[in-house]
Amino acid sequence: MSMIFGVPAAVLSGQLLIGVINGAFYALLSLGLAVIFGLLKIINFAHGAMYMLGAMATVIMFDALGINYWVALFVAPVLVGIVGMVIEYFFLRRIAGQDHIYSLLLTFGIALMIQGVLTNIYGVSGLRYSMPDVFKGGVNLGFMFLPYYRAWVIVAALVVCFGTWFMIEKTKLGSYLRAGTEDSQLMQGFGINVPLLVSLTYGFGVMLAAFAGVLAAPIYSVTPVMGSHILIVVFAVVVIGGMGSIGGAIITGILMGIIEGLTKTFYPPASSAVIFLVMVVVLMIRPSGLFGKEA
Amino acid sequence: MSVNPDKEYEQLRVSGLHAFYGESHILHGIDLVVNRGELVTLLGRNGAGRSTTLKAIMNMVGRRTGSIMINGEETMSCAPHHIARLGVGYCPEHRGIFSSLSVQENLTLPPVVRSGGMSLEEIYTMFPNLYERRTSQGTKLSGGEQQMLAMARILRTGANMLLLDEITEGLAPVIVEKLGEVLVALKEKGLTIVLVEQNFHFAAPLADRHYVVEHGQIVEEIGAHELTEKQSVLNGYLGV
Repeated sequence: MSMIFGVPAAVLSGQLLIGVINGAFYALLSLGLAVIFGLLKIINFAHGAMYMLGAMATVIMFDALGINYWVALFVAPVLVGIVGMVIEYFFLRRIAGQDHIYSLLLTFGIALMIQGVLTNIYGVSGLRYSMPDVFKGGVNLGFMFLPYYRAWVIVAALVVCFGTWFMIEKTKLGSYLRAGTEDSQLMQGFGINVPLLVSLTYGFGVMLAAFAGVLAAPIYSVTPVMGSHILIVVFAVVVIGGMGSIGGAIITGILMGIIEGLTKTFYPPASSAVIFLVMVVVLMIRPSGLFGKEA
Repeated sequence: MSVNPDKEYEQLRVSGLHAFYGESHILHGIDLVVNRGELVTLLGRNGAGRSTTLKAIMNMVGRRTGSIMINGEETMSCAPHHIARLGVGYCPEHRGIFSSLSVQENLTLPPVVRSGGMSLEEIYTMFPNLYERRTSQGTKLSGGEQQMLAMARILRTGANMLLLDEITEGLAPVIVEKLGEVLVALKEKGLTIVLVEQNFHFAAPLADRHYVVEHGQIVEEIGAHELTEKQSVLNGYLGV
């Protein structure tokens, strides 16, 4: 068997694949956080809960109503997006413009409540969700075995990330979002319904999280606390990429997944800490993040 | 753009307007009237409350009391985006050019609020520099070009009342001259203009009337024809 730096090539590529998949989830989640932070200037600690809701909704809708994966891929994000807009309308809107700490505490509290209620009902042992038959099996690439579902996750996440980036950077709607990020008061003075834009943006941001949740349902353990585990890592990714940078969030997400995967191969004990290590280094050298604008 | 100048039609009536930023009380009962097709200036020292008056009309200050009628409609309870839709175009003092948008994106950002606005071609004819630099980042333009962009942006929307805050501030004389020509052209089109201006020599030949603002109140109203006789009063207020 061929070896790379003393590690079997199959092991290395296997860990790289896991890294890219984790990175795809980091990218989807940090992208939503970046979009929300850009316009609303809030640090959405409920993001992990929205990811979890997307996964839970997929499982629950299947068990209760027999709704399949493909339908869930659209319905679950839309439902969670609506939940998000309700939260924005009734809670976040009231503390708009206040110090970051208020929205941080509020969204953290909302996340704990959603988690708590679902834990009471479903427990924390994890719900079972089997992947659609079409994804069973995989393909042998010669140097590694690629399960179909993993390949699908990477493609779907990349397409959604790129689509989001394109919409924000290249379209008229995106120019509203970019301008609103800079000066939402003036935008409203031009006749743009900024409160509506804010609701939709928050809804869209949490939809991305829920979409990641649906993608995660067949491969990760679906529990009410699954979001709180990943959220901390995702925040580190956002800090590394630079708060509010759309492209930066995507690239950093995938990069950090890969770095994590490589660390798992070469020095496993450091794998859960390596992203935070990178964060510390980036904060020391470039406090505004790799892709953030220098203040 | 065919707006019939009707000097009798009250496009804007502000009465007893008070405005507050947090605890500070900025406007202390502003009263003013602007008729359709008029160009009216708000003169006064820095901090007198002129910019705040424009912002208060746009509902962009913290708290307001009093009355602001636009086209005969009370707007005190209107959200800012509804005020723009009444045909009001606002050009802020800091110009508000968005750095994450190209020049053309900046130009086409404000939605069209009324029919009869200038087309992109007309705007590029009026401001050829903007055409040449349409793909540049908005804030990469020179100060003068940014000011042109900030003006051009609201001409596209079809707004028939413009609130312009310190548009000549910090600009080279040749740019100021160009802005003067633009204002004359807009006046000929019948637009109503409220101009907050520090540069009295720029404003004097353009304006129909002047309001002098001091300590958040209108302290003097001077028609264009009274300028010479009231010059010393005005100088006193402006401290020149």
